[in-house]
Parts: sequence; structure tokens; C-alpha cells
Amino acid sequence: MIRTIARSLTGLFLTAVGGGLAHAEMRLNLQQPETIIAHEIYELHTVILLICVVIFIVVFGAMFYALWKHRKSVGHRAEQFHENTTVEIIWTVIPFLILIGMAIPATRTVLAMKDTSSPDMTIKVTGFQWKWRYDYLDEDIGFYSTLTTPLEQIENHAPKGEHYLLEVDNALVVPIGKKVRVLITANDVIHAWWVPAFGVKQDAIPGFVRDSWFKVDQAGTYRGQCAELCGKDHGFMPIVVEAVDEGKYKEWVAQQQSKKSQTSAAAAADVNKTYTLDELKSEGEKVYGKTCVACHQANGQGMPPTFPSLAGGKIATGPIAGHIDIVVNGSKKNPAMVAWKNQLSDLEIAGVITYERNSFGNKVGDMVQPKDIAAAHK
Amino acid sequence: MEAAHGHGHADEHAHHPSGIMRWVTTTNHKDIGTLYLWFSFIMFLTGGVMALTIRAELFQPGLQIVRPELFNQLTTMHGLVMVFGAIMPAFVGFANWQVPLMIGAPDMAFPRLNNWSFWLLPPAAILLMTSFLAPGGATAAGWTLYAPLSIQMGPGMDMAIFAIHILGVSSIMGSINIITTILNMRAPGMTLMKMPLFVWTWLITAYLLIAVMPVLAGAVTMLLTDRHFDTHFFNAAGGGDPVLFQHVFWFFGHPEVYIMILPGFGIVSQIIPTFSRKPLFGYSSMVYATASIAILSFIVWAHHMFTVGMPAAGQLFFMYATMLIAVPTGVKVFNWVATMWRGAISLETPMLFALGFIFLFTMGGFTGLVLAITPIDIQLQDTYYVVAHFHYVLVAGALFAIFGGIYLWLPKWTGHMYDEKLGKAHFWLSFIFFNMAFFVQHFLGLAGMPRRVPDYALQFADFNRISSIGAFGFGLSQLLFLYVVLKCIRGGQKASNKVWEGAQGLEWTLPSPPPYHTFETPPIVK
Repeated sequence: MIRTIARSLTGLFLTAVGGGLAHAEMRLNLQQPETIIAHEIYELHTVILLICVVIFIVVFGAMFYALWKHRKSVGHRAEQFHENTTVEIIWTVIPFLILIGMAIPATRTVLAMKDTSSPDMTIKVTGFQWKWRYDYLDEDIGFYSTLTTPLEQIENHAPKGEHYLLEVDNALVVPIGKKVRVLITANDVIHAWWVPAFGVKQDAIPGFVRDSWFKVDQAGTYRGQCAELCGKDHGFMPIVVEAVDEGKYKEWVAQQQSKKSQTSAAAAADVNKTYTLDELKSEGEKVYGKTCVACHQANGQGMPPTFPSLAGGKIATGPIAGHIDIVVNGSKKNPAMVAWKNQLSDLEIAGVITYERNSFGNKVGDMVQPKDIAAAHK
Repeated sequence: MEAAHGHGHADEHAHHPSGIMRWVTTTNHKDIGTLYLWFSFIMFLTGGVMALTIRAELFQPGLQIVRPELFNQLTTMHGLVMVFGAIMPAFVGFANWQVPLMIGAPDMAFPRLNNWSFWLLPPAAILLMTSFLAPGGATAAGWTLYAPLSIQMGPGMDMAIFAIHILGVSSIMGSINIITTILNMRAPGMTLMKMPLFVWTWLITAYLLIAVMPVLAGAVTMLLTDRHFDTHFFNAAGGGDPVLFQHVFWFFGHPEVYIMILPGFGIVSQIIPTFSRKPLFGYSSMVYATASIAILSFIVWAHHMFTVGMPAAGQLFFMYATMLIAVPTGVKVFNWVATMWRGAISLETPMLFALGFIFLFTMGGFTGLVLAITPIDIQLQDTYYVVAHFHYVLVAGALFAIFGGIYLWLPKWTGHMYDEKLGKAHFWLSFIFFNMAFFVQHFLGLAGMPRRVPDYALQFADFNRISSIGAFGFGLSQLLFLYVVLKCIRGGQKASNKVWEGAQGLEWTLPSPPPYHTFETPPIVK
């Protein structure tokens, strides 16, 4: 019985080592490496796994042999030897030498992973609860990257898409064949930025900046996830990187920059524009569905006490200044309610507050203009 | 149960209370050992229910059973309960029952301290479990309680901090007791190098506990003051550093995992010679290896932190130091196999669990070696590969050793043989379902599934389904264990003094069950 299990386990191990045997849904090995570092890690793992399997077979071969041949029930009589210094020395020294053999290539890879010098470009990555922000320091563009898998799929009311939980609105776009240095930090708690295909994982620590680097070999879309428990939606803040050839990358940068100047021009115009109740509510509904629904729920009832109800809530139906303050500047009592002025425009905030005060059964009837929000920034 | 009154007419112990008061006021190492073991089993089932809830949610992609906030509370509490409520008290229970018997002492050095060490545990456990009812629920920061996330948590975090303090005090007092007992109360002729290996492993473990439980207390106290008293140990804006928490925590945390396994090594070192009818091979090497593991455990803590951004020199040092631990651990495995070699082996239930331990713990050791290699760890840290690794060493390791020890010594403690067929069934069911639950998790981690998530991408669905089925099988099999233990306590074939043909050691010279007070006159050991 034990031997059958041992054999099947060994078989599984060897199959994993083969590497090629990776049915998409029952993948046995690391993801396909797309950078030199990821390649080195993949190979390191294969070699070490093989060494472990060999040692395992030798040691447990001996143990199962003993279990088979040296059993009382087959008549074996116990010898009484109980020590041998030579053998102790041998089986101390040999493993030690094997470890040195493993440590040498590993050391080379550690040093290579740490070498972030002479990058071709630098991107700042910031972890938030619960999304990422990317700022291209050389190009002066920046944006948030949020999960786009609809709540209906997560709550099992709609069939799950192909990239369930691994899709975002704005992917990180990088050129292939260029050394990209990432500066990683966080806004609130510790997160970790991880793209398995690149072999990159770096903790995002609030108040500190750490760096890492990658150079993607071929164009494609690569997906990763946050790799440090950061609160309730730790499993819902993926990373998507689109590696494209240099021409496409330059086009994308140009697009982003023109979008940016359009948005700031629009925002500047917006601040003084006066919107109608319907315009504000429809803008607000969009914002709510993307940003607020995760905590306050689609019906506005939240999950008290951590996520208060907006339906008939004290703030949502109370004085408008209080409602503006908590959305713009965050909650002092509950850090999960962040200062949305850092992530949403004045128009978006004005819209969502108006929407909340006039939905979920609330009929306050008032509305907020973007210039009221601009005035409320502390 | 008789009514509780001071001088009841209980059995032959005319001055001892009976009924509930017997258990509340006992200073007898056998009674206290029994209390620890029952407490740990109750906590094991509690932690197990949390685990099954987790695995039920992870059975399919999507959120079906619990919300993410509650899921994170469950993973956190499952870890805290199993580590501090199940594994550690179980080993203390073995220490209490066995150490005095094995060294020929009448009881522990400080019997009243012993009573208090135990009775601190139920209030601590109640405090920890009722934190689920606090506003916001139990702490959901992972059993590792990293700042700043743990600073964001509600009052459930403060309850957990107090529970941890109480549990730590219990462990420290217990360790003082164990060290004093072992160093001072051995029977004449029992030099340190003649002690059973189980006693050695507990001596070393007790020193580890005294060294590191105060460090954990420090870490969680700093959390408490950052949360409520305006300190900024872990807040950069105040001049502090979140990573400081990780250093302090893991300086405790790494020796802690050796605290949870060394007594298991000790139990296995008692079982293998007994059922091979042959002395333990390389006794002195085994002692030195255990001591080396304990000492090395103090210099490897940052292998839990390879991705925080430490310089390459730091990563290399901790990689080399961690890899080194494989050497003494390997020595132990080889010595166990050499013990069996050319023995006269029989495969009763304790031996099955010890063999399962050696086989599966070694697998866990190998995945630990894989994780020790920094570049590989960068890919695997915070994934299900780590979850697989530590469940192999803690469940197939520590827990199997505990089961083996129970089957080994239950006939001695109760005077009855347990049902051998059912014991074997418990082993095989546990072995098969354990592997079903956890082997596939290695693949999940390699493929890229992070840990501490209530939901996952579709490519992880098949292995999660298998893992959940295995988990439920494993959990249900433990009810069989409960039945075997209860059945054995109630009756069974009468056990002799020696119980097992190959048993060696002072405890096997006593009747089964032993009298309430034993070795009131110390035996002479040649």
C-alpha cells in the first residue's frame, strides 16, 4: 500500500519535472517564464526538485526495504547495533556538500534579481486597499488599475469569464526588451506586487519605497495577484501587464498623455460648471458601481458595523457637509473608508454623493456640485 | 460524578477532592497531562471546523458561503487556535504525563504552578473564541498579525492580544517547570545522556519557549500601544517601520515552529525503537542534532521575509543559514531509518503513525528546502506552496507524532489496549485524506494561487475541489479517533506493565494504569 503510494507520488514528481505536462487546469509546475530571471528560477526549481526526489527515493527505498525484509512477522531477528561514528560523519558531510552545490547557482540569481541598475525606464507602483496605481515617472502619466470582474460573476449569478478575477480596467503597459525598474510602495497597509511570469514579487510597504526590475522577452498579456494579506479584498486586486513592441508602446504613451490633458482641461472646466440632478446621478451611479459597491453593496445597505448602510443612513440623509467630508477626506474611525479625493475627481465625488442621497430609498432631494467638492478638500 | 466537597470519600486518595474539584485543584502530573490533552483535542476540533468552513468556501470559484471579511477571520483564527490551542498544549500534555515517569520522578518540580499553567488556558481560549462576537468580528490579519493591517482591526484584535499574553505566560511557567524537573529530579544513575530522547527534546523545547514567548509578547504589546496609546513602532509617518513587526514576530515565529516539532521528534524516537525491538541508533547524534536545530532556529527568521526588500547580503545570509538546518534534520531521519534497519519490525498503530511522520515530514522538509532558496521563494512566498509545506510538517508531522504518542501510551495510561483495527483505520484514513487535501496545494502554489484568498481564478478550480474533498475526509476521520480513545478509556483488553514487546524505559516498569502517585521512592538506574 505504502509502496504504491510512493510510486505514484514519484511518478507525479517526475511528471512535474517534465514541465511540459501542464494541462491548463491542472498545471503542475511554475508558470511559463517570460524573463531571464523567471527562467533561472524555473531551472533552479527543477534541479533542486530532482535532487530532492533522488534523495527521497534512496532514503525511503532503504526504509521500505527494512519494512519488508526486517519485519518480525517474516521471522527477522533484531540485531542490537546502535551507533557508528563513521556513518554519522558521512551522512552529515554529504548533505552539506549537496547544499553548497545548490547554493552556488542560487546566489548568482539572488544577485541578478537585486541588480536594478541602468534601467531603460522606471514605473512607480502603489498598492491601495484594494487596487493598484501606476505612475510612469519618465512620462508623467498615471492611473489606477482596478478589478473589472462583475459582482454578478463573483456572486454566482452570471457565468464566469475566462479571466475571472484576473482582469482590470487599465493594464500596465510596457515595451518588450527594455529593462523596466519598478519602485514599489503602498498607501495604507502592506501589499505585494507579483507577476509570476516575470519572477517578480516585491512587498509594497507604506512609507517606504523598494525596487525590483524585469525585462519581458516577448509580447503578451501577463497576469498576477497581490501577494500579501491586505484586508477583505486581498484576493480581488489583480495585476495585468501588457507587454507590447516599442512602437505600440510609444503610441500608447502618446494616447495617455493626450487623454490626460483632455481630462485636466475638462476637470478645470468642470469645476465651475453647474450640472443637473440627472447628470450628477448618472455620473454617480457609474462611480458607485465601480468604487463603492464592494463595501456598501448594490442595495446601499452595506454590512454594518464595518461597512455602514447608506440606505437611510445618518450621514447619507443628514447634513450635506458631513457627507462631503467623509467621502472627500475619509473616515477617522474606520480606515477602510479612505480619502477619495486622492482617487476620484471632483465631478465623480459630486456625482456619487448626489446619487447616494437620492437612491436606496433615500429621497433627500439635494445635490452637490463639483465646486462644492473642490472647496471641501482639506 | 460525586458532589464536590473538600474531603470526599473518593478512592484511595483520602485527602484529595473528587468530582469537578478534583480536576480544578489537582497538582498531579497525570491529571494535568490528561487535562492538557482533552483541552487540546477540543481546540483541535474547533480549529478543524474553521478549516472545513474555509475549504467549503474554496470548493468552487465564486463566493458561496462566507464573505471575504469573515473568511479572513477564519483563516486567522484557524491558525491561532491550532498553533496555540491544539499543537502546543498537546505536547505539554505529553510532557506532563511522561517526563516524570521517564526520569523516575514522583511529579513535576512545581506541582501547583503546573495546575495554574493549565488553568490559564481555558479562559484564554474563551477570550480568543469570543472575539468572533466583538464588533467587526475576530481579528482578520492572518495568524502572523502583520502591521499595519492588524492596527486597522477592531476590538477582536485586542482580545486576541490578551489571549496571546495569557497563553504565553502559561507556556513560560510550564517550561520553567519542565526544565527544573529534568535537571533536578532524575533518578540516581540517570545521567543526561541516559535520558530517553523524548525528555531531551522537551528539555530543549522548554529553553526555546522561555527564549521566544517574551518576544511574541513584546511584538503584540507594541501592536497594542500602536493601536491605542499613540506609539508609532510600525508607522512610517511616526518614524517607525512596518517591517519591524515582521522581524520581532518571526524572531519568535521561527523558533516557535521548532517548538511545535521537537517534542514530535522525541515521540517518534520512542516509537521507532519500540516497534523495531532495537535501540535508537546514534543516541548522541540525535541529541546533538536536536540541539543544533534549536540553536540554528534563532538565526533564520528572515526567510519568512525574503520579499520585504532587504539587501542581497541579508537574503544570502538567511538562505544559507536556513539551508543548513537540513543537515541535522537529515541526520535525524537517517538515524531513524538506521534504527529500523535489521530490527524486528511490527506495524501496530503507533508505528504506522511514526512511519507516516517520517515519510511525510521529510516531504515537508524538502519543500522547506525549496522555499529556503531565495529566488524560488520569491515565486512561492504567500502562495499555496507555503500552505502545503507547513501543513505537511505540522499535520503530517506534529499531529501524526501526537497521534502516535497517544496510541503508544494510552494502554499505559488507561490500563486497556485500544482497538487495534480501528486505530489502523484511523491511520490509513488520515494518511490518505491528508495527502488528498494537501499534496495538490503544492501545484496550486507553483501555478500561481496566492494564499489567504476566499476566491480564485478558474485555472485553480480542479485542485481546489480535490483539496476540499480531502479536507472533509480528513476532518471526519478524526471523529473515529475520538471514538477509539473513548472506547479505550471505558474498557478493553487488559494492558500489561510492558504493553509492547520492544518497550524500554522506566514508564514500562509501572503497572497499567500506574498508581496516582508513582516513584515516590526513586528507582536506581544502571
